[in-house]
Amino acid sequence: MISVRNLTKTFKGHAVLKGIDLTIETGEVVAIIGPSGSGKTTLLRCLNLLETPSGGSIRVGDIEIDGDRPIASQQGRVRQLRQQVGFVFQNFNLFPHRTALENVIEGPVIVKKEPRQEAERRGRDLLAKVGLAGKEAAYPKRLSGGQQQRVAIARALAMQPEVILFDEPTSALDPELVGEVLETIRDLAREKRTLVIVTHEMSFARDVADRAIFIDQGVIVEQGPARELFSQPREERTRQFLSKFLGDAALR
Amino acid sequence: MIDASLQLALDSAPYLLKGALYTVVLSLGGMFFGLLLGFGLALMRLSRIGVLSWVARIYVSFVRGTPLLVQLFMIYYGLPQLGIQLDPLPAALIGFSLNMAAYITEILRAAIASIDRGQWEAAASIGMSRGQTLRRAILPQAARTALPPLGNSFISLVKDTSLAATIQVPELFRQAQLITARTFEIFTMYLAAALLYWVLASLLAHVQHRLEHRVNRHDQES
Repeated sequence: MISVRNLTKTFKGHAVLKGIDLTIETGEVVAIIGPSGSGKTTLLRCLNLLETPSGGSIRVGDIEIDGDRPIASQQGRVRQLRQQVGFVFQNFNLFPHRTALENVIEGPVIVKKEPRQEAERRGRDLLAKVGLAGKEAAYPKRLSGGQQQRVAIARALAMQPEVILFDEPTSALDPELVGEVLETIRDLAREKRTLVIVTHEMSFARDVADRAIFIDQGVIVEQGPARELFSQPREERTRQFLSKFLGDAALR
Repeated sequence: MIDASLQLALDSAPYLLKGALYTVVLSLGGMFFGLLLGFGLALMRLSRIGVLSWVARIYVSFVRGTPLLVQLFMIYYGLPQLGIQLDPLPAALIGFSLNMAAYITEILRAAIASIDRGQWEAAASIGMSRGQTLRRAILPQAARTALPPLGNSFISLVKDTSLAATIQVPELFRQAQLITARTFEIFTMYLAAALLYWVLASLLAHVQHRLEHRVNRHDQES
């Protein structure tokens, strides 16, 4: 489904990603964890070209982007790729001047040229699916953070993507709103969708992900089945990192 | 005395109103072409192509940095020397449009730049092109930021059209001048002209208010 080869990203001489190789299978739920500044968000953003790779290649389905060539010469393919890769932002990034339903149908109607009625019907279903039936006409400002993030998830789903990327989807939420968003993502995982989730919610990652990837200082330090990686990390760096998050839980 | 003033007002009304019509034409024309040109320049200004951005930047700098009166004189009295002869009205229209464009460019540029990067990214993430992103996501939000300063500029324009009197356009101020030369009712005539400018500016302010209300819809109770 997704294949990343020797992906590098350099910001002003500082190497953020130092040659990432990664394959993600269809239907797999992958959690990417790591300390802040480790490059995990940059990796995720590279996957749909919100960040321009400095080198290497990214393939989603049969669309390949060559990071060694100027991205401007591959714009067409970038847009194709993005239509197949949903992205959920930490800060939701809903369009504030559009209602919940309008946010959801924007991509289908404007990008995919889907008939408006059809898009609205699907949009309503998607809002209902994320637990927001009745909120179709609400503007983002009138919704809680958790509700906004669920609209954002519905917006990503509306494009019927092959894979959805989540960039710390609960980090901007008040603690009491985290659960509803995680539950929504959990539902998607149950449907055997392909999901890649950058998160600090360690117990969620352990429970929901098939595979966990630990990144530090721009390299994949360790990866494996999520339960294994969380309970018996092989690398010392992973262990140190996890002990900060799971220390208490492990004692229980 | 009062009868005489009333009579004078009635007699001069047709001239003043005819002048006001010119004022309206100059104002609306300046806004329309100024917006069109200003929008193009704003896009140039934000373009990733360095040359375009610089051309727009220099244009704005020059036009904002020189007096409108001098610009009008260059166009109406200066261009004929280069073989371009313009009638007063088109000369004034061109002058006001070019001048407005510079201010509008800056207003639109600032408004577009004020939109959070996340909005561009959200649009990109659902596969929108740059044009679609501008049209559907950025401009509707930028309009909200741009409207108050645009309104200010337009109201200034209504008043600045009086400068067209200096290049022979028979607009409101010019008409008032002509009548005072005939009747010597200086204060009354200029007051009448001032009141008409006020009415026009107030109408514009009203329209601006309505528009602001509309673009801020999503902020009100839903």
